Amino acid sequence: MSAATGARRTPLCDEHVAAGARIVEFAGWAMPVQYGSILAEHRAVREAAGLFDVSHMGEVEIVGPRAEELCAKLFTNDARVLAPGRAQYSMIPTEDGGVVDDIIVYRLEHERFLVCVNASNAATDLAWIRERAIDGASIVDRSDETGLIAIQGPKAAAIVVRLAPALASLPRMGCTEAEVGGITLVAARTGYTGEDGFELFCPAERAVALWRLLVETGRDDGLALCGLGARDTLRIEAALPLYGHELGLDISPYEVRLGWAVKANRPGMVGYEALVRAAAGGATRRLIGLFVEGGIAREGAAVFTPGAPEAAGRVTSGTHSPTLGRPVAMALVDGKVAAATTAASANGAEAVLEVDVRGKRRRAVVTRLPFCVKRPAA
Amino acid sequence: MEVPDDLRYTSEHEWVRVEPDGTVTVGITDYAQSQLGDIVFVELPKAADEPEVTRDEPFAVVESVKAASDIYAPISGKVIEVNEELPDSPNTINEDPYGDGWLVRLQPKNVAEVEELMDSDAYEELISELGE
Repeated sequence: MSAATGARRTPLCDEHVAAGARIVEFAGWAMPVQYGSILAEHRAVREAAGLFDVSHMGEVEIVGPRAEELCAKLFTNDARVLAPGRAQYSMIPTEDGGVVDDIIVYRLEHERFLVCVNASNAATDLAWIRERAIDGASIVDRSDETGLIAIQGPKAAAIVVRLAPALASLPRMGCTEAEVGGITLVAARTGYTGEDGFELFCPAERAVALWRLLVETGRDDGLALCGLGARDTLRIEAALPLYGHELGLDISPYEVRLGWAVKANRPGMVGYEALVRAAAGGATRRLIGLFVEGGIAREGAAVFTPGAPEAAGRVTSGTHSPTLGRPVAMALVDGKVAAATTAASANGAEAVLEVDVRGKRRRAVVTRLPFCVKRPAA
Repeated sequence: MEVPDDLRYTSEHEWVRVEPDGTVTVGITDYAQSQLGDIVFVELPKAADEPEVTRDEPFAVVESVKAASDIYAPISGKVIEVNEELPDSPNTINEDPYGDGWLVRLQPKNVAEVEELMDSDAYEELISELGE
């Protein structure tokens, strides 16, 4: 715990310490980075199931007759098309087309939206939304009263359904009020690992009971407790963006393959003009996937076309892929360089770049994203 | 945390064993491997070149999922053998840091340098101060 004194604690912090987790400070929170081996936790999620405490994330409710209008004004994806009981990936754009945060918007009822935001941006997001509030849409911060537990992996559904049979029919990106082991909560079929699974928004004071119930219920299925370390390797393999890495105030959604989550068809939307311009102008940079040879390229590593003196871009996230057993990286590179590699790949050639790994230029083969293709649902 | 009493240690968490033939085997400690976590990549010097290493200068890299770590030469000398198995199974360092997870064997330039390294008691005190 020495690494995280003074940090905020989730309702599950004592559970993590008791389970032998290594605790680190992340976004001002004391969070488990790993319980034992990151590789073993990662493998459990790909092959069985993993349990994550993500209570550090923020939850904001937008409620009222004009809640939909406020969501449509402040978020890139079109909340108006969202039916009650459905969720969508979205972003909070700036006026100049950058991104304040990426979020999941859950429409719980016609006039009630739940917005799940990143822990590192929660305070900024809340202030941002409040500053742009409109009459008829009240904004309620539910972060402190909400615990959030994610259960992910091919066996996640079987474990959850044993406790709440009604959740068997919840579709991908669906959300509903449910009772799990006697605890009333909001269950969503969402997650951040590339696997099937659920995110369970529960009252903070019931988080420990829910956590223990899931641990017990999933024991024979190989359910593993998972920390932030495995969460990061899993999301990189699935090429899921992380704010501050693939997303930021100075990165356009179109540069990082997230144009699909921008429905810039609403002139009243914040950033409308900038995003329309960005969509028409074509991306000047592009997110690509790399297999790096001879070392792990970490965030910030410079990317080059072979032999060129000037960098063509930089690595946004890099790690060892436990599933593939090799280093992988995502990089934001010059649009022309990205286009050239795409053209080479289309001709069946290997598109090769170089990455500066700790002072040495390493060969890096361009590959499609995501690195690991989601297996079909069983 | 295992700290064998027949080894010598550096403050950078390398260990040194003096072999009967006067050569020296070098690895990283149990504490170091546990701090690093799952080790997934190891870069060692090429034994065939018999490169010289210099005390306190980096000669190898060990990378875990979380971070890369330079490995510093505990003494000066010539590399006479490297653990060829490690690049293919880097997590051997996690499993057996004082045994099969050794990194290199050195021909010391000056044996007296070994005597300047910490003994197990001093190293144990160091890691207890560092915590975990």
